[in-house]
Amino acid sequence: MEVDQVVPLPRLPRVAVCGGTHGNELSGVYLVRELLKLQREVMKKEQEEDLKPASVLLVLSNPRAMQQCRRYVDTDLNRCFTHATLNGPLSDMAPYEIIRSRELNALLGPKGSPAAVDLVCDLHNTTANMGLCFIAYSDCDWICLHIFRHLQREMPDTPMRFLHFDVSNKESYSLDSVGKHGFAMEIGPQPHGVVRSNIYTAMKVGVQHMLDWVRLFNSGNVFEGGFVDVFTMVKHIDYPRDSETRNITAAIHPCLQDRDFCLLHPEDPLFQTFSGETVRYKGTEPLYPFFINECAYYEKGIALSLARKRRVTIPAIRVQTEQEQQPNEQGFASEEEE
Amino acid sequence: MSSYNNTARFSEARRVAIFGGTHGNEMSGVTLVNLWTKNGAEIQRKAVEAVPFITNPKAVEKCTRYVDTDLNRAFTPENLSAPGGNNLPYEVLRAQEINRIFGPKGSPEAYDVIFDLHNTTSNMGCTLILESSKDYFNLQMMNYIKVVLVENLFYLQMNHLIVFFYAGLEVGPQPQGVLRSNIFEAMRVILKHALDFIELFNEGVEFPPCTVEVFRVLERIDYPRDANGNIIAMVHPNLQDCDWEPLNPGDPMFQTFDGKTIHYQGSGTVYPTFINEAAYYEKQQAFITTRRETLVASAIKKA
Repeated sequence: MEVDQVVPLPRLPRVAVCGGTHGNELSGVYLVRELLKLQREVMKKEQEEDLKPASVLLVLSNPRAMQQCRRYVDTDLNRCFTHATLNGPLSDMAPYEIIRSRELNALLGPKGSPAAVDLVCDLHNTTANMGLCFIAYSDCDWICLHIFRHLQREMPDTPMRFLHFDVSNKESYSLDSVGKHGFAMEIGPQPHGVVRSNIYTAMKVGVQHMLDWVRLFNSGNVFEGGFVDVFTMVKHIDYPRDSETRNITAAIHPCLQDRDFCLLHPEDPLFQTFSGETVRYKGTEPLYPFFINECAYYEKGIALSLARKRRVTIPAIRVQTEQEQQPNEQGFASEEEE
Repeated sequence: MSSYNNTARFSEARRVAIFGGTHGNEMSGVTLVNLWTKNGAEIQRKAVEAVPFITNPKAVEKCTRYVDTDLNRAFTPENLSAPGGNNLPYEVLRAQEINRIFGPKGSPEAYDVIFDLHNTTSNMGCTLILESSKDYFNLQMMNYIKVVLVENLFYLQMNHLIVFFYAGLEVGPQPQGVLRSNIFEAMRVILKHALDFIELFNEGVEFPPCTVEVFRVLERIDYPRDANGNIIAMVHPNLQDCDWEPLNPGDPMFQTFDGKTIHYQGSGTVYPTFINEAAYYEKQQAFITTRRETLVASAIKKA
């Protein structure tokens, strides 16, 4: 693929920004509330001045969990967006989050159809020291990769990484998979149930730059090609556990705690048992750790995850002209097949 | 002043309880108590019966602060004498049970010392919580720990209801539901020294008079809220993580969601702590203010 060739991509008329998918991840909750307040004020002004409003859907995904300041009420909402869960039979006793996922699919999707919103940005926080991360299912969605690169340039003081989970369209399970394009914006470290001003501000600025990019893109701006370092998840590592009680018997080693994205070599410390022994990384390949000591992952059996890094070339892109648009109406996923 | 020249006598501190999981998602205490329940060698001392105990097992199982109501606010005289059996909130039943097993204070069966282990999302370091400024035994113990550790240790004097000879130990910052190795080890070391102190005391060692710097609680400051009670500002970046550092009138205190600064309007310098503790959003508390004080403890010796 020639880096000089500009790839035309369909317009992104509808963008969704979602917060509170996990009810205790507060930066997104407060940011979406604030944006809703601003939007009401802008809409009032636009009605008065008869302007076309920008099409940004602001969504608080899990209101009941937010009200209780918990991650979820019955089940993790951000695992409820597989095709199977969205389209299977629904009983009266269905968990709250499954009912909610269908409502969100009706609002932002349906997933996989031409009616789905063009871009979903789902806001999250983590207790891990990960800085700002984009989490996406694809390492060749040029829209998401260009938005990431734009944020890197506009926010050079914010540590930023692009995380790729190699999950097929069929298996994708999170809210951001409902849109034609989507990613999670994950920022840490922040304890759950707390809003830290520096984390909130980074998220606010990040979302603003994302929306600015979309407007520039839709207006015809050409974004030059280049490179993005992508971290692809390889595996998870669980805590050492007691065989009977399944209680953890060690904590993340002090040498590893807070060192997300610092290369982990074979024999590097992973855990420190409560009796003081060091448990070391036994893999043969040096990998990049992330989600180190994320609170919500204890119950999922994940102490940390490991990724491989590789440099991805991204082409120059611009929005399709009206003539280029028609044949592509059905093929909105076409750029991912290249 | 003459009272400080006399040595205060206390009976032997023979029975010691170590509480973890009073808040089910404060993981250092939960982990230490589970560890010592399985193998108590580390907490054994000559002539001391040290009992580790999970105070709120249902909350621990769900990894949540509480099930019905905050256990650490449940030890009121009203609750402790309430009839009603299983209709009572879970934590009230637990408070009654704990009072039965470890107290009540003043009775011959009561435990002599209770350590209640907590974590906070605030950047408080290691904080020992003192109930009374006249509690010379606790003051001497805290002085001993500080002297032995030679590190930053803070003492906070609050006004909780005193049920036991109570020493609250709060270590942060640590997110709820998370176990950080450094925080865990810090708590473990403090308890080690506390138990060493008790052993020495029981052996008849006399601890000379000492002075202890404490922070006395003044008031609770809530987040700015709108007419509907929603929070409209966050702890300012200049204040975030600055527990125990002076906050002067005019200093930045909060930052609204659209970026404006709200300044501290008090009349004098205060020392804030419990800054941005997750559990206190619902208790309408962004931080608490304290003032520095020096307390004097007389010499103490076993009676």
